[in-house]
Amino acid sequence: MTGAVLHDRIWRRFTPAERLARFAAYLAIVAAFVASLRTVEVIPEFLYDAPEQMADLLNRMWPADLAYYPAGVHAALVETLHIATLGTLFSIVLAVPVALLSARNITRSAALNWLGKLVLVSSRSVNSLVWALLFVAVFGPGALAGTLAIAFRSVGFVGKLLAEALEEAAPGPVEALRAAGAPPASVLLKGFWPQVQPAFWSVALFRWDINVRESAVLGLVGAGGIGLVLNSAMDLFQWDRVATALIAIFAVVIAAEVLVTQIRKRIL
Amino acid sequence: MTAASAGGDRRAFRANWPARAGLLALVLYVLYAGQILDLSWDRFVFGLDQGGRFLSRLVPPDFTRWSLLLDGLLESLQIAIIATVLGVAVSLPVGLCAARNLMPWWVSTPVRAFIAVCRSFHPIIVAIVFVKAIGFGALAGILALVVASIGFVAKLFAEAIEEISMKQVEAVRATGASFANVVTMGVLPQVLARFIGFATYQLDSNLRNSTMVGIVGGGGIGGTLFAAFQRFDYDFLCAILIAIIALIMLGELLATRLRAIFQ
Amino acid sequence: MPDGTLAGRPAPAGVAAAGAGRDAHPLVVRNLVKRYGAGRPEVLKGISLSFEPRGVVAIIGPSGTGKSTFIRCINRLVEPTSGEIRFMGRDIVSLGRQELRLVRRRIGMVFQEYNLVERLSVMENVLCGRLGYVPAWRAWLRRYPQADVEQAFDLLDMVGLGDFVHQRADSLSGGQRQRVGIARAVMQDPDLLLADEPTSSLDPKTSVEIMELLARVAEQRHVPVLVNIHDVTLARRFAGRIVGMSEGRVVYDGPPDGLEDEHLRAIYGGEDWLS
Repeated sequence: MTGAVLHDRIWRRFTPAERLARFAAYLAIVAAFVASLRTVEVIPEFLYDAPEQMADLLNRMWPADLAYYPAGVHAALVETLHIATLGTLFSIVLAVPVALLSARNITRSAALNWLGKLVLVSSRSVNSLVWALLFVAVFGPGALAGTLAIAFRSVGFVGKLLAEALEEAAPGPVEALRAAGAPPASVLLKGFWPQVQPAFWSVALFRWDINVRESAVLGLVGAGGIGLVLNSAMDLFQWDRVATALIAIFAVVIAAEVLVTQIRKRIL
Repeated sequence: MTAASAGGDRRAFRANWPARAGLLALVLYVLYAGQILDLSWDRFVFGLDQGGRFLSRLVPPDFTRWSLLLDGLLESLQIAIIATVLGVAVSLPVGLCAARNLMPWWVSTPVRAFIAVCRSFHPIIVAIVFVKAIGFGALAGILALVVASIGFVAKLFAEAIEEISMKQVEAVRATGASFANVVTMGVLPQVLARFIGFATYQLDSNLRNSTMVGIVGGGGIGGTLFAAFQRFDYDFLCAILIAIIALIMLGELLATRLRAIFQ
Repeated sequence: MPDGTLAGRPAPAGVAAAGAGRDAHPLVVRNLVKRYGAGRPEVLKGISLSFEPRGVVAIIGPSGTGKSTFIRCINRLVEPTSGEIRFMGRDIVSLGRQELRLVRRRIGMVFQEYNLVERLSVMENVLCGRLGYVPAWRAWLRRYPQADVEQAFDLLDMVGLGDFVHQRADSLSGGQRQRVGIARAVMQDPDLLLADEPTSSLDPKTSVEIMELLARVAEQRHVPVLVNIHDVTLARRFAGRIVGMSEGRVVYDGPPDGLEDEHLRAIYGGEDWLS
C-alpha cells in the first residue's frame, strides 16, 4: 500500500479507510433523512397551510400591546432574571465539589472520578424543562422549582468545564506546594484556584447567559418567570400581549449577551 | 510603588476593594433575590419531605407501554434528523450572507439581526408559537428546531468565515472568478471542516430538544412525557425519562463519532 | 504531634544543633532503588549516601541518569521502590500521608521551571512556603502571622527583590522567578534544601548568581543544600562535595579537587568533549 503510494507519487488527503468512513457517514445521513421524511407524521394540509397561518399569526401579533408591559410583563421578566442568576450561583456551589471529584489530578481514584462524571452527565442529559417538571412536582409551582431546575441543569455544564480546567492546570506549582508540606485544602486554594480562576469566571458568565434564555421557558410548566405570562396570554389568544412578552425576552437576552461580552473583554 | 515599600511599615498585600465590594454585593443580592422569589427554608424542608414521596412513586419504572414509548422516541428522532438537515442546509446561505468580510453591510446587518432573533428564543418558545400558528404535531417541532439550528449554525458559520484568510479569497478573485466560484473555491474549503463540526453539535442539541418540544404540542416523546406527568403516572414518567436519557447519550456518542470521522 | 522538633519552629541554628545532636548526618540514604512500574528497568540501582548538616553537595551526571529521580525520592514527590531514606532520624519511606506532610515542611525544594503560582504576587508565592504551617483558611484570607510576613520581606530583600513584592510572578524574568523560588523554599525554615536543576533554564550569568545565592543560604542559614546540576564547572565552583552519577549508580563521591578527567569519562562517557 505505502509502496504503491510512493511509486505513483500521488498525494491523497485521506486514506481509503477514511474516505470509506466519510462516504458511509454521508450515506447514513441521507438514508436517515429520507427515511424520516417518509415516515414522519405531518398532515399535508398543515404543511401547505403553514405560510398563510404564520402570516396570519404575525398579523395578529402586530402591533404589540406595549402598554401591557408595566402591568403584566415587567415583574415576570425580573423574576426570570432572578431565577437565571440565583440558579447559576447555586449551580456553581453544587458543581465545584463534583468537579473536584471528577478531576483526575485532584481525586486520585478512578471510581470516584467515574462517579463525578456520572453525576455531570446525568445533569446534562435531563433538559431544564424536565428538571422543572420534577421540581414542580416536589416543591409546587413557582420560582423555587425554576431556580432549582436551572441549577441542576447547569451543574453538568459548569462542572464539566471546571473539571477540564482543573485537569489542564500546570502541575508544577501544585507539586511545589505539596513539596512544601501544604495540606490538600491549601493546595487547592493556592495551587489550583489561581490557575483556574479565569476559566471559572468565563464558564460562570457563559452559563448565566445561557440560563437567561433557558429560564424564559420554565413558566410553561409552572416553574415561574415570563413563560407563565407567555402561556396565559396564548391561552387567551391575546397575541398582541404575546408579542410584548416575546419582545421583552428578546431584549433581555440580547442585553445579557452584550453584558457578558463586555465583561469578558474587560476582566479576562 | 517602590518608594512606598521602602518605608518601615510595608504592606504584604494590596487591599482588593473591587473584589470585596463585589463579594458583598453578591451576598446582598442572594439575600434580596431569595426573598423576592420566596425561597424559604420551610419550603425547602417541606419539599424534601414531598420529594421523598415523589421519588418513591417514580420507582420502579413501568415499561409496560413500551410501544407508545418507542413511537414517541422514534418521532423525536425523526424530528431531530429532519430539522438538522433542513436547518444546516438553510444555515449555509444564511451564514454566508451574514459574513461581514464577504457581504456589504446592507446585506449582512439584517441577516445578522435575523440570526440573533433565531438564537434569542428558546426552541420551546419557538415551538409553542408554531404550534399555535399551524397546529399540533411534528411539523411545528421540526420548524422550531430549524429556527434553532439557524440561530446556532449560521452564527458560528458566519464567524468562521470572518476568520478566514482573505489572501486565498483574493487569489481566487484575481483569476476573475465569479462570486459563486470565489465562494466555492476560496471560502468553503477553509471552513467546511468546522461547518461539519457545528452541524454535529446541532444534531446533538436538536435531539435533546426534540424530546422536549412535545411538552407544548410539537410532536415526539415530550407529549407522552407531559401527559404522564399530568396524570400523576409517575412510574411511566420514570420509564420515559430513562428512555430519553438513553437516547440522548446515544446521540452524544453518535455525534462524537461523526466528528471523529470528519475531523 | 508526632515529632516535637518537626512541629516546632526553633531558630535555624538551633535546628542544626538539634539535628546534629541526634545524628551527625541529617540525611542518610541506604540502598535506594526506583523503577517506574513493575518490569521496567531500574532508574536508581541501590544508591547509598549520607549528607553532612551543612554545605553544598552537587550531584552531576548526564540527563536521564536518575539525578532528578533521586532528589525527588527524598521528599517523596517520586515514590521509592525500595530502600531507606533517614531524615533527621526518621525513615521517610515508611511515613503515612500526614506525617510525610509534616516532614516535607522541613525540606525546601527549588525547581528547574521555578514552579511559581503564576497569577499570584511575589509576596504570596514566598508565603506559600509557610502553607505547611498555616491553616488553609488563614492562607485563603491572607491572614499570615506577622512574623511570617516580616520574614518574607527580609528574604525578598536578601534575594534582591524587595521592590517586586506586589508584582505578579508571571511578570518576572527567569532569574527573578528562581530567586522567588529560593525565597519560598527558605521560608519553610528547612533543615534541608533540595534543588532540582535550578539553573538549567537560565543563562550562564544568571546561573552563577543563582548558585551564589544557594551557597549563601547554605552558609548563612546553616542548611545543607543538595543540588542537581549538569554543569560541571558550576558544580566545582560552588559545591564542597560532588557526587557523580551514571546509569543509576554513584560513580564518584568526593571533593571537587579530586574530580579528574577519568571520573568525568566514567560519568558522562566518551572523551572528545573533555579536550
